[in-house]
Amino acid sequence: MTMTTQAIQEAIVDEFSMFDDWMQRYEYIIELGKSLPIIADQYKTDANIIKGCQSKVWVHAEEEGGKIWFTADSDAILTKGIIALLIRVFSGQEPKVILETDTTFVDEIGLKEHLSPTRANGLVSMIKQIKMYALAFESKNTN
Amino acid sequence: MLDLHKIRADFPILTQQVNGKPLVYFDNGATAQKPQVVLDAITKYYSEINANIHRGVHTLSQLATDAYEVSRGKIQRHLNAKHAHEIIFTSGTTHGINAVANGFASLLRAGDEILVSAMEHHSNIVPWQMLCERTGAVLKVIPMNEKGELILSEYEVLVSEKTKIVTVNHISNALGTINPVEYIIQKAHEVGAAVLIDGAQATPHLKPDVQAMDCDFYVFSGHKVCGPTGTGILYGKEAWLNKLPPYQGGGEMIATVSFEKTTYADLPHKFEAGTPHIAGGIVLGTAIDYLNEIGFDAIAAYEHELLEYATQKLLQIEGLRIYGTAAQKTSVISFNIGTIHPYDIGTIVDKLGIAVRTGHHCAQPVMDFFGIPGTVRASFAFYNTKEEIDTFVEALHKAVMMLS
Repeated sequence: MTMTTQAIQEAIVDEFSMFDDWMQRYEYIIELGKSLPIIADQYKTDANIIKGCQSKVWVHAEEEGGKIWFTADSDAILTKGIIALLIRVFSGQEPKVILETDTTFVDEIGLKEHLSPTRANGLVSMIKQIKMYALAFESKNTN
Repeated sequence: MLDLHKIRADFPILTQQVNGKPLVYFDNGATAQKPQVVLDAITKYYSEINANIHRGVHTLSQLATDAYEVSRGKIQRHLNAKHAHEIIFTSGTTHGINAVANGFASLLRAGDEILVSAMEHHSNIVPWQMLCERTGAVLKVIPMNEKGELILSEYEVLVSEKTKIVTVNHISNALGTINPVEYIIQKAHEVGAAVLIDGAQATPHLKPDVQAMDCDFYVFSGHKVCGPTGTGILYGKEAWLNKLPPYQGGGEMIATVSFEKTTYADLPHKFEAGTPHIAGGIVLGTAIDYLNEIGFDAIAAYEHELLEYATQKLLQIEGLRIYGTAAQKTSVISFNIGTIHPYDIGTIVDKLGIAVRTGHHCAQPVMDFFGIPGTVRASFAFYNTKEEIDTFVEALHKAVMMLS
């Protein structure tokens, strides 16, 4: 049984509640960034790149058994750490669920500024891209 | 010597806390903070004399017009321009460059050449590329060396009878290099080419003398010299401004209008269509007065001291590399530490109250030249202190510890 995106987000918020200050939160994000399964080189292509003004993000999606699996990478470690969290929420979910999920956890763990459209680190575009993949797979399946 | 205590007290924003820490503002290359006299002048304008200019017979309109023209005169004297009508109010450097590039469309033919430098801001590249697309002119690039200095011997080869305009920055925003503009202008004039100098990064640090320099156009932004955003200046030699067609049509820029034919107003109004940023234009004069009262010689000397101090302190950080090591440079330090991404460093030091710029600084060709995604850029102003540099260095150590 797949955990619901809601449950995953609650689990993340729970994990972050253990930290007392921003430094600990950031250190954890950095650790997550280091442990993120890096996208296979063959997918780290220009077609998969999301260019932020500040950092670059690569996203690759594959469908298996009606669910979408994401791998991703970034050249900045903090961006990569947040990507790891986003992938935890979205990867392995059904397209419909992905489309319906709001990433409210980001706000709750005090990382809202990283998802600001003006931050230009590629994360907002990444979420858009994840939803686009979901939409594409969903419409492919219903046709 | 600058009275730092007094100067810092002039800037209310500097007493702020950011993320629970005292603000250290090292993003002066992006925009400068505003002293109280500038803030007061904005309020005073809107509270006491707000009216549209150059068109009313009523008293307020006259007062506003006078104040606007007084400001134009201040800027004329500041740049040592020959005439006040050579000073055009713009919305900023980008506006000024676009006005000139647009004007040249009628003067260029296919095969003519435009020279830019390898260290230009995008705003001094893209308008010229657009002009090339319209006219068939060709964009050529003056290369730079590893230190971030223009290679003048290459420039001498590039500049030719085909060159119609040379456009370079006075100081590079990404590297801090002070370019030898007098020499560049002299060589361009030998082949009959016009020269535009982008003074956006220079005007906060020095007082340009457009007649001594002999440039044909000089542009800068008000917000980088402690003035309001949305203001700027295009200086052009009278003969050139008369030669170029207007950039925008509208009110204020006309002499007579009929449906058959419109004739344009004289300088400077020909280039000032529509109601301008009146308050901004007036207050830009206040900002220039403020800087001149402190004195640009004193500002330059102190900022140089900050640059040397910071350079020496930063180089003690293991793996730190500075991009832009020109012999002549201003108080800008662009750097990376090891393989750490500038975005990560910028984010961590922000949490510690420090504002620096990260990224490509709107100068992607410069980043491509060095083969890097971007840098961290600390740019100092005369209100910054050595203690702030110490705080910054300490924050960088913390960032490195967290990120590596």
